[in-house]
Amino acid sequence: MRSSKHTEHPFWDAPILQYAAWQAVKMLLPTYQIKNPIIFTVYVGTILTSGLYVASFFTEINENPGFVFLVSISLWITLYFANFAEALAEGRGKSQARLLQKSRKELTANKLSKPDRNASVTLVDGHQLVTNDLVLVEAGDFIPSDGTVLQGIASVNESAITGESAPVIREAGGDLDSVTGGTQVLSDWLIVRIDSNPGHTFIDHMIELVEDARRKKSSSELSLFIILIALTSVFLLVCATLLPFSIYSVASDQQGVVVTLTSLVALFVCLAPTSIGGLLTAISISGMDRLIQANLIALSPRVVETAGDIDTLILDKTGTITLGNRQAVEFIPLGEISMEHFADAAQLASLADETPEGRSIVVLAKEKYGLRARDLSDIGATFIPFTAQTRMSGANLPGRQIRKGAASAIAQYVQQQGGEYTEEVQNIVDGISRKGGTALVVAEANRVLGVINLKDVVKGGLRERFAQLRAMGIKTIMVTGDNPLTTAAIAAEAGVDDFLADALPEDKLTLIRNLQSEGHLVAMTGDGTNDSPALAQADIAVAMNSGTQAAKEAGNLVDLDSNPTKVIEVVEIGKQLLMTRGALTTFSLANDVSKNFAVLPAALLTTYPILGELNIMRLATPESAILSAVIFNAIILVLLIPSAIHGVRYERLEAATLLRKNALLYGLGGLFVPFIGIKLIDFILVSLKVI
Amino acid sequence: MSHLDLLQLVIYLGIVLILVKPLGWYIAQIYSGKIWGRELLNNPIEKFFYKLCGIDPQQEMSWREYTTALLLLNLVSWLSIYVLFRIQAYLPLNPEAMPDVAQDLSFNSAASFASNTGWQAYGGETTLSYISQMLSITLQGFLSAATSMCVLMALIRGLVRRETTKLGNFWVDALRSIIYIFLPIAVVYAIALSQQGVIQNFNAYVQVNLIDPFMSTSGPNVEYTTQTLPMGPVASLVAIKQISSIGAGFFNTNSCHPFANPSSVSNLLEMIGLILIPAALCYTFGYLIKQRGHGWMLLSAILIIFIPCTYLTMLAEQMGNPVFDMLGTFQQSNFEGKDLRIGIIDSAIWSATTAASANGSVNCMMDSLMPQSNFLVLLLMHFGEVIFGGVGCGLYGLIFLDIIAVFIAGLMIGRTPEYLGKKIDPYEMKIISLVTLMFPLIILLLSAYACVTDIGRNSILNPGAHGLSEIIYAFTSVFYNNGSAFAGLNVNTTFYNITIGFTMLISRYWTVIAVLALAGSMARKRYVPASIASLSTHNLTFTVLLVCVIVFMGGLTFFPTLSLGPIVEFLSLWRSYAII
Repeated sequence: MRSSKHTEHPFWDAPILQYAAWQAVKMLLPTYQIKNPIIFTVYVGTILTSGLYVASFFTEINENPGFVFLVSISLWITLYFANFAEALAEGRGKSQARLLQKSRKELTANKLSKPDRNASVTLVDGHQLVTNDLVLVEAGDFIPSDGTVLQGIASVNESAITGESAPVIREAGGDLDSVTGGTQVLSDWLIVRIDSNPGHTFIDHMIELVEDARRKKSSSELSLFIILIALTSVFLLVCATLLPFSIYSVASDQQGVVVTLTSLVALFVCLAPTSIGGLLTAISISGMDRLIQANLIALSPRVVETAGDIDTLILDKTGTITLGNRQAVEFIPLGEISMEHFADAAQLASLADETPEGRSIVVLAKEKYGLRARDLSDIGATFIPFTAQTRMSGANLPGRQIRKGAASAIAQYVQQQGGEYTEEVQNIVDGISRKGGTALVVAEANRVLGVINLKDVVKGGLRERFAQLRAMGIKTIMVTGDNPLTTAAIAAEAGVDDFLADALPEDKLTLIRNLQSEGHLVAMTGDGTNDSPALAQADIAVAMNSGTQAAKEAGNLVDLDSNPTKVIEVVEIGKQLLMTRGALTTFSLANDVSKNFAVLPAALLTTYPILGELNIMRLATPESAILSAVIFNAIILVLLIPSAIHGVRYERLEAATLLRKNALLYGLGGLFVPFIGIKLIDFILVSLKVI
Repeated sequence: MSHLDLLQLVIYLGIVLILVKPLGWYIAQIYSGKIWGRELLNNPIEKFFYKLCGIDPQQEMSWREYTTALLLLNLVSWLSIYVLFRIQAYLPLNPEAMPDVAQDLSFNSAASFASNTGWQAYGGETTLSYISQMLSITLQGFLSAATSMCVLMALIRGLVRRETTKLGNFWVDALRSIIYIFLPIAVVYAIALSQQGVIQNFNAYVQVNLIDPFMSTSGPNVEYTTQTLPMGPVASLVAIKQISSIGAGFFNTNSCHPFANPSSVSNLLEMIGLILIPAALCYTFGYLIKQRGHGWMLLSAILIIFIPCTYLTMLAEQMGNPVFDMLGTFQQSNFEGKDLRIGIIDSAIWSATTAASANGSVNCMMDSLMPQSNFLVLLLMHFGEVIFGGVGCGLYGLIFLDIIAVFIAGLMIGRTPEYLGKKIDPYEMKIISLVTLMFPLIILLLSAYACVTDIGRNSILNPGAHGLSEIIYAFTSVFYNNGSAFAGLNVNTTFYNITIGFTMLISRYWTVIAVLALAGSMARKRYVPASIASLSTHNLTFTVLLVCVIVFMGGLTFFPTLSLGPIVEFLSLWRSYAII
């Protein structure tokens, strides 16, 4: 799914793991723990049992100190790994941003007094630059901060940001005038107006987002958090009141022993949604990570979730759905003219034609008919370039005059030469137009040889992707300035659901507004300044990094790769984030049912020995049962960390199918895994004579 | 269990299910204000009331106004019952010269009837005059049930309406609930019941000679030759108590009394009344939100839980107590605390249904049920009184759980949470959580307190696990406004009267305010149309998921507590079952 050029962090990245391992220890301080009420309740319970163990050295306690010790240790491990998950997610997110930040710290800038190459220059620190400062960047220099090119043209290496090694052109005016801090000018020079204040550049923003994902909870995350806290409180009360109930039972029946503190803490930890509670923050940070690793910068933390709800994608035709330049796809020779002859003529007419269309004709002739490209001068030919008057190009060979051009131009040319432009030719030309192609007619002297079908080529794999999006309930709308006939053909070929032809930039805005008023959530991609209003209106607006500053400010995501299909990835990252939360919540809650059966009979066995009948797992002893459940709880948290960090497996499926699959996998799975896990741990504990 | 026994359950549910659609449709029309093309506002009865009370029926209310009006009506109800009980000795229709009711009991009873609970810490025929019976239970049957219906309708409007603050007019909704829904059904019921032999009069109690005089078994040897038969306006009370979820009986023994439930026909009618309106409301809901499938889905989820629980209760009662067999005593089924006229099966079905439907009327003694049945009836209440539940309140409780299920299911398919096209924000989740949190806070803390203090423990009849069941049952029953008594626990003490009184008031009005706040917030939201990416709730997967949420939120959270009560009792018996 992700484009290959940016590197994804392997899960076991040593420096990040080291960072997380140490950070997780620091986070055991109460000041950190209190931030997550769910985990904090576990924390308090852990301190209680640990305290009880310590007390056992000085006084007689009514529990087996070894058992209390083992439970306490397991609980500390649970807490540690909840921290670890969060620190790991954070470390991964920040590491990429940190690298960039490091690179720019040492940058110095040539600050100009006025927008003139020869104006006086002062040398300043990169991070002292503020908005509207002017800087001169010459070949070899790094651009000190984000800005707009006022003068000059230069090739810039943006690989530090995008991972793309080929340099890009940046020039004043137009859609290529924006530059990013930390990128390097390779040739020529630029005068750049700084657009951001210190601490407000893209990279600062990246780091901020990772921090934000921890600090501020988005709306749906908060909603989930609230339910989980409520559940935790319910279980806290349930477990706490077992003590008076047990006291009553013992007093009333005058037999049995009151339930122990350690058992109650263990029961609570097993019942409270600790796994999801501990991983919630890590999941959110990882969502942001995945955006950053897809080279997307979100300008607000809400973006990821909104993306999950998108139901309409507005895509430009050119460059997004099609490759953007017309390619020859077919030679149609006329009448008795052989294919070889026609292909040869078509190639000759295009050999010196440097336009993408011309080159594609040469390539098609070579690939399909084995005609190798020749040098015009070797065969004594001269190239006739395209002019606005003739509207044709071609080649003159000894004794041959080959021309290619639009149908009307060739018709005129042939008729001038005394030849005939037949109806057959016109029929072929019309047929091609109807299918969304462009016809180029090739003539030699007064005779039409045939027609070349030029087509806007739809990018590979898009059709399938659109079909999957459709199954997921996401509608794709193609917007283009082309005529409706051509557009319809491309739309059919690409498999988009709808299209808007003859579109002006303002039509896009109207389209989005209309869709939104019907309640749809719309995503789009844009780069030019004239896209800005539409970008500002869309719910998810991905601006190309190569685009204008205006476009970037209007959007809520910036794609550093400037890849127009990236918007699909954004939607999928959003959905995956929500699904991960849902799946782990379901799993965690389903776990409760089976954990209940492990801990409850063991904990209350002292009060009513008959409750041992509920020990349906046949766990060896009450102590081994409780310890196994607590250890299982810690292990499951560790095992869920990769799912939290990478997100659960994401499939493009219809909603009902997806729900059935996930409910079965995480719900039913969550129900049975603890039965097996706890029994296994119990078996090991007993075999090892730990308990 | 024989096929014939099962057939009783099938016939019972069959009749209710047949009535769901027509009644549900009718209720939907009533609250839409138009039926068979006629505007209800033009009805002279409505016009008369609006004029009398100076109400502008066109004036819609925001959630705060709606809540204020509702609380005002309930406050008046509560105060009037309290005063009535305190001065009944001076009022007419008191042939038995009942004295005034004590302060704590009056407080408790006023709270009980105003909140549609129907908890009775007294015996009706020995405590209340006819006028007290009529103006407390019979009248509140209408008013408290109308309150529940209004809350539900406000919630449905909040879910359906878009970008508005208006939820309808409380007075209009309340009036319509009474005159078009409860009054007609109650009249039909009262006539049918009195035809079956339920009494309806203002006569003094009657002394009759016993056919078979007996000697007292304790104390001095006295021969009893006569019996006092209580009289009163019973049919009108029984009719409304069965259909309004209030469930409070005219007699201490509620519908076990032959004057309240004389025949198998009356028994069937009264059982139908328990869940008639709650079941129909599922259809009303689906109809009003324009997703009938959703309404049927909710009803299916209810039945998926209700049928097995009821079946198991029937089974447990039929199997009886194995200890008797071991002692060589012949006891085929558990007949303790049951009326032979009614029999095992109808007693078991009724018990499960009354627990599920928050009604609380009984036709046998809950305390004498088998521990398995004790567990099941407790469980049915712990699900949050949403398995049918009370009229109106059952469904709004179920909608809360439905929102949680939709929330989790939505996340699993990668959507931010939405319910019926409206986004669920943290505000709504806070409301739902605060309601969810209330039950352990009140039930568990109060039960725990009662268990470890003498004022709580002294009321317990049976020590040990059964005693714990008695306490938990009492607080659960009143918390969920069910009001059925487990008996065995002497609750007419200051401690229980006060704590239980407050529990009923807090749980009822806390929830009502929460639901209305949720309705207000949902009404303001924008509507997002459904696409194929939206969660579809009309399928088996979601139904099962909803059932799991109900079981999880209710069953699992109470499982630890119940394991010290009915589960221990059951396990002790289990061994005995294994032996025979």
